[in-house]
Parts: sequence; structure tokens; C-alpha cells
Amino acid sequence: MIRNFIFHFGRYVLLLGQSLGGPRKARTYFKEVVRHMYDIGIGSVIIVALISLFIGAVTAVQFAYQLGGTLIPRYYIGYIVRDMTIIELAPTITCLVLAGKVGSNIASEIGGMRQKEHIDAMEIMGVNTASYLILPRIIAGMTMIPLLVFMAATISILGAFLASVPMGFFSGDEFVKGLGLFYDPYNVFMMFVKSVVFSFILITIPAYQGYFVKGGSIELGNSSTAAVVYSNIFILLADYLIAVVLTA
Amino acid sequence: MIRVENIDKSFGELEVLRDISVSFLRGKTNLIIGRSGAGKTVLLKILIGLIHPTSGKVFYEDTNFYDLNKRQVRKLRMDVGMLFQSSALFDSLTVDENIRFPLDMFTKMTHKEKSIRVNYCLERVNLEGINNKYPSEVSGGMQKRVGIARAIVMEPKYLFCDEPNSGLDPKTSITIDKLIQEITRENNITTIINTHDMNSVMEIGEKIILLEGGNLAWEGTSTEVLSEGNELIQNFIFASPFLQRLKNMALK
Repeated sequence: MIRNFIFHFGRYVLLLGQSLGGPRKARTYFKEVVRHMYDIGIGSVIIVALISLFIGAVTAVQFAYQLGGTLIPRYYIGYIVRDMTIIELAPTITCLVLAGKVGSNIASEIGGMRQKEHIDAMEIMGVNTASYLILPRIIAGMTMIPLLVFMAATISILGAFLASVPMGFFSGDEFVKGLGLFYDPYNVFMMFVKSVVFSFILITIPAYQGYFVKGGSIELGNSSTAAVVYSNIFILLADYLIAVVLTA
Repeated sequence: MIRVENIDKSFGELEVLRDISVSFLRGKTNLIIGRSGAGKTVLLKILIGLIHPTSGKVFYEDTNFYDLNKRQVRKLRMDVGMLFQSSALFDSLTVDENIRFPLDMFTKMTHKEKSIRVNYCLERVNLEGINNKYPSEVSGGMQKRVGIARAIVMEPKYLFCDEPNSGLDPKTSITIDKLIQEITRENNITTIINTHDMNSVMEIGEKIILLEGGNLAWEGTSTEVLSEGNELIQNFIFASPFLQRLKNMALK
């Protein structure tokens, strides 16, 4: 198992080195970057918005219930929702969801190209396939996913407001007061650090899985599943490491 | 010319190719034939560097392919065109964009110059006016021809074709064969075709090598197939009773 891990890790690093080798002609990559920005960014807006809205709503309602009958002021709910969203829920949940949506798509798209000999065709033309197929996705992912995470945080807080204030759990003023309480911009910085690191993970691991796929449709399905599973594991591991490093 | 010297290839315990030495001639259609599992595709992939041989050398003119570094390989590959069995056209690109792809990647041509070149290649394969169609919108035979157009767009010195007739009706197969032969002659290209198609062997086999169980079993031309009396090649090409009868009639 350890040997297997070292083999895959080594091959992953080599593939990354090859993919970061850079384009022969930047213009040819630009079109690909824009296409992937659209697929990853615009294509994920609805699912990310929906999930964030409900996570914010549920967080607020749950905390209103937990803090009911205690001496903790109700406006603390706004503060708790804000920090939970910014520090953890928005970057981590959004990227776990995107690992499923975007990651499986990347693994099956690149894997399909491998099986249909598209990658061989490019290799024979002299194209650096790792760079052409992976670098534009990395650039697009690391640009769009932090924006999606920022959007998720905003919508999540909005969801908390919409689910709680009209239902009478607390007033709008209390919520807004809580939102401004103990505000530390460093948490927003942490959110962006997490989203950049997670986006790198959720693009490159599926790309690796797809690039080296062998066999037929079953293997392609397996690579897509492995892409999501490993991306999730490494996102959670990175989440812990970033938390330790940035809060030390 | 491409020259192969003492190529061996094994996958683990399985020996797929044994001591293959052969030359593929410039300006001629060179055919690799043999039964399924004889090692044809492996040999073709070794020639283009998609599979590395266990031992042996592949010379493009006087340069051993396996002595080149990555950058030199990429440079050499700009002189190589390949037609895949599945055509390997990129689904997300139109026919025009597929053919234009190598020009976009490797040349400094203007948009107009590229369009002229793409249209010339499409005309050359008798497919004018389908520039904006996607590969899924054209037939298998047309996809093969688009594949040929893409393979020749960079004016290659070497053209490789992996089973160019698979999945095509006999008439379309002949059209594809003729097209490949004409392009080979016009441009003085070294063309290597991996095929099962016996029509191709007899029609365009200017140089034929037969692989049998990983060994080079026979080497010659389509005219020598009939005259030389080599049983192995004749039994392979005229495998069915119908073809045997035709051969006997032809010999009479």
C-alpha cells in the first residue's frame, strides 16, 4: 500500500511538473482557459448557490435552537454563522461539492480523451498534452473557485438571514449586530487560502486519474469515483493542515 | 525512410515482437499486415514512440528516435501525421477547428493563411463545405477523411495509418486507400499502414510486411504475393474459400 502510494504520488508530481511546463503558444491556451472558466465557474453557480443558501439557513436555525433558553445573547447567532461560514463551511463544503461535480467531470473528460486516442493524437502532433489538458484547468479552477467560495459565503449568510429573521427567531438588527461582532479580516484571508489550495487539489487529482486511465468504461467509471474520493480526502486533510498552520 | 533494427518488445512474460528489422520506403505505401495479436499495432506504436521497445532502434532517416530528448521528439513529431482507427477527432471542435489545431499549436500563420490551408486539405480529401460541422454530425467515412486532412495539414514527411478501413464499406475503403496512396505519391511521404484489409494489400501494397506470432514472416510487394508462391502470405491473404477460388482464377 505504501509502495503504491509512493508510485502514484511520484507520478502525480511528475505529471504536475510536465503540466506546469508552460504553453508553446499562450494564445492557444487562452481559449481553453476561458472555456474551463465558464464550465467550472458559471456551470457551478446554481448548485453552489443552492447548497450555500440551505447551509446558511440550517446553521442559523440550529444555533437559534441550541442557544434558546441560555444566557448567550441572540445576536451571537449572526457572529457564529458568519465565522462558521467564512472559515469552514463556505470553502470546505463548496469544494467538496465541486470535487464531485467538477472533479468527476475532469476525470471522465480527460479519461475519455485517453480512451478515444485523442491524447495519443495530440502527442503525435508534438503537443505537451499534460500541459495543454491540465494547465488551463488549473488556471481556470484557481481563478473561479475562490470566487465561487466568496459567493457561497455571501449567499450562506443571506440564507441564514432569510431563514431566521422572517420566522421570528431574532430580529434583523440583532443579526446584523452579530455579523459585525469581533470581525477579523484574517478569517477572510484564511477562506481564500483554503479555496485556492482546495481548488488546486480538486483539479489536479481528477486530472491525474483521467490522464492515466486504462481499459474501458468500467475503468473510466472507477477513475471518476477515485477522483472524487481522493479529492475529498485530500481536501479534508489540507483543511486540517491549513487550520493548524494559519491559526498557530 | 524509416528503418527499424532488431526491435524486441515484451509485456512482462509475453513476447510480442522478436527481432524485427525492416525498412519503410519514402514515397511508397508500406503495409504492416498480420493476424489479430500478431504485433502490428505494437510495432506501429513503437515506430511513433507511443510504446518503447524492450530493445532495438527506430531510425527516421539517420536519426534514432529513441536517442532523442523530449524536445527533439516534439520537433520530429511535427513531421509526422497519423490517422487513427477511430479517427480520434476532438469531439468539442468542429471539422475546421480539428484540422486547424496543429496549425494553431505550431505555426505562426495568420488566420487567413490557416483557413486557406484547411480548405485546401478538405478539398484534397473531397470534403468541401463541412468546416462547421462537428465530428458527430458526419459519417464514419467522412470522419476518416477529416482525419487524413488533419494528418496532412502540417505537410508531414511521415504518415502513419492505423486500420484506416476498419468499420467502412468496401467502396469507401477503396476511396480511402486511393486517397492515402495519392497523397503519399504527391508529397513523397513515407506512409506506413497497419491493416487487415486484403483489398488494401492487393491495391496499394507497394511494400508489405507480414507479422506472424511476433516475427517478421514475409516481406514483398502486392505483385509478389501472387507470383512468389509463398504459402504463408497466400494463406493469410486468400483465407476464405471464395478468395482462394478468385486467386486460382487470376493465376489461370
